[in-house]
Amino acid sequence: MDRREFLKALAAAGALVTIKSNGLMDVMAATSAKSGKAVDMAAVMNGEPAAMLDAALKELGGIEKFVKKGQKVVLKPNIGWARTPELGANTNPELVARMVQLCLEAGAAEVKVFDHSCDNWVRCYDLSGIQKAVEAAGGIMVPADNVSYYEKVELPKAKVLKDVLVHKAILDCDVWFNMPVLKTHGGAKLTISMKNLMGIVWDRRAIHSKGLHESIADLTTFHKPAALNIVDAYRIMTANGPQGRSENDVALTKALFASTDIVAVDTAAVKFFNQFKSMSLEEVGHIAQAQALGMGTMDLESLNVKRVKL
Amino acid sequence: MLRKIRIAFAVAVLLLFTLSFMEIAELFPNFHIQNFQFLPALLSLNVIALVIIIGATLLFGRVYCSVLCPLGIFQDFFDWLANRKCFTRRNKKKYGFKEKNYNLHRWIWLGILLVAWLCGVTILVGLFEPYSAFGRMVSQLLRPLFGLCNNLVATIAQSKGNYDLFLVDVSLRSVFALIIAILTFLIVGHISFHHGRTWCNTVCPVGTILGFLSKYSLFKMRIDTTKCNHCGACAKKCKAYCIDSKNQNIDYSRCVSCFNCISNCKQGAMYYGLPKKGSVAIDGTDKPDAGRRDFLRSSMIVGAAVASQQIHARRTEQSGAVVSEFDKQIPLSPAGSVSHDNLNRFCTGCHMCIVNCPQHVLKPAGLEYGIGGILQPVMAFDKGYCNYDCTICSETCPAGAIKPISVEKKHITQVGHVVFNPDKCVVVKKEKSCGACAEHCPVGGIVMVKYQGYLTIPETHTEYCIGCGGCEYICPEHAVHIVGNPVHTEAQAPQEDKVEISDDFDFGF
Repeated sequence: MDRREFLKALAAAGALVTIKSNGLMDVMAATSAKSGKAVDMAAVMNGEPAAMLDAALKELGGIEKFVKKGQKVVLKPNIGWARTPELGANTNPELVARMVQLCLEAGAAEVKVFDHSCDNWVRCYDLSGIQKAVEAAGGIMVPADNVSYYEKVELPKAKVLKDVLVHKAILDCDVWFNMPVLKTHGGAKLTISMKNLMGIVWDRRAIHSKGLHESIADLTTFHKPAALNIVDAYRIMTANGPQGRSENDVALTKALFASTDIVAVDTAAVKFFNQFKSMSLEEVGHIAQAQALGMGTMDLESLNVKRVKL
Repeated sequence: MLRKIRIAFAVAVLLLFTLSFMEIAELFPNFHIQNFQFLPALLSLNVIALVIIIGATLLFGRVYCSVLCPLGIFQDFFDWLANRKCFTRRNKKKYGFKEKNYNLHRWIWLGILLVAWLCGVTILVGLFEPYSAFGRMVSQLLRPLFGLCNNLVATIAQSKGNYDLFLVDVSLRSVFALIIAILTFLIVGHISFHHGRTWCNTVCPVGTILGFLSKYSLFKMRIDTTKCNHCGACAKKCKAYCIDSKNQNIDYSRCVSCFNCISNCKQGAMYYGLPKKGSVAIDGTDKPDAGRRDFLRSSMIVGAAVASQQIHARRTEQSGAVVSEFDKQIPLSPAGSVSHDNLNRFCTGCHMCIVNCPQHVLKPAGLEYGIGGILQPVMAFDKGYCNYDCTICSETCPAGAIKPISVEKKHITQVGHVVFNPDKCVVVKKEKSCGACAEHCPVGGIVMVKYQGYLTIPETHTEYCIGCGGCEYICPEHAVHIVGNPVHTEAQAPQEDKVEISDDFDFGF
């Protein structure tokens, strides 16, 4: 018995060392490529969605840094509304499709994509163009409209939202990516990466009734954070969000922000948005609350932000 | 041969209707065969369908009852079942001929239904209208089972990584509708099991009307008197009890053109077609004028009914006032139904709209509309809200209760309006931001406005509200509620201001 346990421990330790060294090598690769500090956030402008994603990932050390061979990957774009891509209510389908493609090229065993939508999910997946694009790229669209797809998760660090039902696709995967679209929101003011987390959760009403900003901030304490938050600002909705009423609400701004730090990337997105319509960081209250919970920093000066214009 | 062709067609129709009413997740295309059902076509004045049905009856007899009516072949199934070995220990069931045809009672019953309809109690017609009765049985009894099977298969497939099928909601929406469906199943099943097509020749309003018309039809079952030996074998197979072989008569007011008698006649005397030379085709045991007399009688009933309609119309006018108190419960009828009155008058409760509603917004009404509106579709936002761009219910209604409506028209049709109770709102009660209602509003009927500091509070703009129920569905505190408009009104088109963006921008950080 003792020997068996010892061997087990040895095997585990061996595995740990391998993983660690892998991680270390990745970091070294990333830093050596740019000869300096590792990039904390990539901000890209003036490109098409797929090209901007490629540029951002290049700065952040490549997709291989996040996705390993044989891993199960999940993408969580915003597919909340039964609206076409031009209306800017959902994440850009080309961007999602490119991400699926990159993950598969990096050796992902599968790439699942879902959102717990507000409108009828079949229509959302269809009209957003995401289903078609994802399936063409080799990804799998997964439904999220039934409570049986969810499992209870405790949020010990949370202030008000102590437990939530999280989609099993997220719980079962090896790595997942948060892919929001930048747009206005009546209650949260702006919906970016943090607000997008509501789509991995079953009960939206609880989030609203316990205080929207507090609950959103609490969601960031979820023990399995996204490997990367990729904010789609190719088209941004500047009024009547989050649904929007027509293309009049939408501006073509061609930008993308990506970071592992969810607080930082949302801070950057707010500052970007502020150029078009006045929006202060204080108004988007959940960002500061997440920082207070220790989930990231709003101080972009302290980070190595890489700005790229294509 | 004729019998087999008839059964083949009838079974095909039965299957199409069954699939139509088992719709769970936009799985099947809508075949729109419901548009060729007699009573719904009559109610919606669908001239093409009426010409086809009446024309077919005048040419070929009650082929409608033998082929097009789903409840007809449904009853034939029970009759067939009754003749299986497991159900009959003794000899096979024999019908024979019954002298009494209850034609007078049929017309009086039809008159009662007509009066009930004119008085606004459409549900009484709907209970006996065969297509609607069939629709309720399938949608209430078979559809949930089908949904459960779907969910079982979908769960297994999804665990294997296949997401082509998905889970559907199979929860019970109306106990009352379920009870009605069970009763219909038991009663119609029992009658047809023991007494063949007696339902069709007594209480069915369509059977009465088409039975009257089929007396004058060109092609019909006839007896070749030169061949007939009065053996009565034909009558024993007649589910309508309408062949008097002793007198070589057929009561056409009851014959449903099932053609069972043809194959049972050893003499080859039963045939379907035009009168033969030398053969006598006597039109029914009915005295020649009886039908017409019945018709005149019923016309008198119509006259009386018109008067009652006037009274009814006046009564509904008075109930049109808009009430805006938060707790007022006025039901919502779907866009396209124009008004409660229009829905209540024309809907026979077939539930085609209900099974097709992708959001599970429509459900069978209890007493929301009053007695006359029982089983008719009413909007409820406990499962979802009405899709902004969806007009499926209006496309599926065969009776004109929900008239076809374009998406553009629907966007400005106010079926109800929002009422907000700030005392219940999260923003007021807890001083926390929420905005779930405004988030779900597609038209700006609720917007968030400045409250305290950065807090925003809902503000209603009923002029834009179309009553889709998004706000009511999502509100965690039941602080918003949609009150129905008994008569739908036109909402203002949503405001659209072009957002001007200067080209001069950078990262901003």
